[in-house]
Amino acid sequence: MRPQDAFAHTGVARAPLPPGSLRLWSVSHAAGLASFYRKFERFLGKLDPIFRWIGYDQMEKPMATLERAVKAKLFDCRMCGQCVLSSTGLSCPMNCPKGLRNGPCGGVRANGNCEVHPAMPCVWVQAFKGAELMGSVAKMGEALPPIDQRKSGKSTWLQAAKAHAAS
Amino acid sequence: MPHPDDVGPVPSAPLPPLPGHVSRGRLERVLRRGEFAVTAEINPPDSADPDEIELRVKPFEGWVDAINATDGSGANCHMSSVAVSALLIRLGYSPVTQISCRDHNRIAIQGNVLGAAALGVANILCLTGDGVQAGDHPEAKPVFDLDSTALLQTIRMMRDEGKFLSGRKITGPPQVFVGAAENPFALPYDFRPIRLAKKIAAGAQFIQTQYCYDIPLMQRFMTRACDMGLDKQCFILAGVGPLASAKAAKWIRANVPGVHIPDEVIARMEGAKNQKTEGKRICVELIQQLRAMPGVSGIHLMAYKQEESIAEIVRQSGVLSGRTPWRRDLVATTQAVESQGAL
Repeated sequence: MRPQDAFAHTGVARAPLPPGSLRLWSVSHAAGLASFYRKFERFLGKLDPIFRWIGYDQMEKPMATLERAVKAKLFDCRMCGQCVLSSTGLSCPMNCPKGLRNGPCGGVRANGNCEVHPAMPCVWVQAFKGAELMGSVAKMGEALPPIDQRKSGKSTWLQAAKAHAAS
Repeated sequence: MPHPDDVGPVPSAPLPPLPGHVSRGRLERVLRRGEFAVTAEINPPDSADPDEIELRVKPFEGWVDAINATDGSGANCHMSSVAVSALLIRLGYSPVTQISCRDHNRIAIQGNVLGAAALGVANILCLTGDGVQAGDHPEAKPVFDLDSTALLQTIRMMRDEGKFLSGRKITGPPQVFVGAAENPFALPYDFRPIRLAKKIAAGAQFIQTQYCYDIPLMQRFMTRACDMGLDKQCFILAGVGPLASAKAAKWIRANVPGVHIPDEVIARMEGAKNQKTEGKRICVELIQQLRAMPGVSGIHLMAYKQEESIAEIVRQSGVLSGRTPWRRDLVATTQAVESQGAL
């Protein structure tokens, strides 16, 4: 087994950048995508009555499938179920082989690549770029709590719809 | 003589509590008194023989304020950091127990924090940990259930709120001084001070940095940190270490994650007649420059396989300014004086 395959556990990329991955593009277009998402979130909030009518539990599977398809393409999303893209410059931290959600480790290479996958740009170096484009560097200074492994695979769009309707 | 606050009746027991201190260890006292602290690190032995610990630390006894017990550093297997710490405490030394998130999940880590504190550990350094690809077991499963920031939050919650992450009550909370690492020499440079602030907000009270061989980069980091007021919110100890040779320096630069050694340092090593001596000289010079840098509260010496040179480097650098950190024979003397009765 190649050493890098040792990282192929839950939520961690086997290949540094999957073929057809758009995640570096997404980071360089973070500002536009983030503003689109804010509109999309409002739209999701409007759908709340429909979701409630069908039942949020019923919606979970189809919504998670759709969310996975879209976000996997754009961000190499791992469906952690507690999306923090808005705090990470649209660079998904679950692609970090150490699963770091609070910033880069100390092992970032001089060329800005990952300690573990030398060919992969560090997720957090990308995150910092994205956050600068989004004007949200300050948000990256807020410490995130430990990940809840139970939420893995769940749709965050549904959670956003619920939260948006409640606000 | 060591400061009287740093000497208790029994060297291996926690010191009498002091107001405003979270721990009963020496390191917090030295730092809060505003003294320039010196810590050093030992790589735990590949052995079950406890005597090997004493052999490693003895050469620099009385020259450092605390000793870091690394936790599988470089993702190589060694004696556990909690066990090394307990053995150091038995001898009277103050360990900084390193806890990495690579090998344990949150259940095991919280258990270890309680166990370490029960054994007398007063200082814990929260680390993410090197990836398993760097070490001797690349086929192992990396855990990384928490990251270093989440680990800081966890230990602070255990100590200050007396609760596990689950919310369940802890009857005897761990009285520990909590630290974290930072690498001012890794990208993205402008994010590093923000990350430091984040770690402080999560509970870090002291910081030990990665090896510093690049003073301008360190200066850039410290200037920003001081502008943000971070040096007032935690104690920053700069990491330093002697290079054994130009060849070793090149090897470290290429193979050890996160170590940045500028070309000029390597050129200076290559040009030296005695490279080992030059490595120590560079280390002493770096320490003196760091001593003068605003916001730096101490140094952390990592002299891998050169533990015998730690005392000499600290002495030559003059950073202790005549101060004597705790050591066994001086405690014996203190006790001998006390045993003669009070004045």
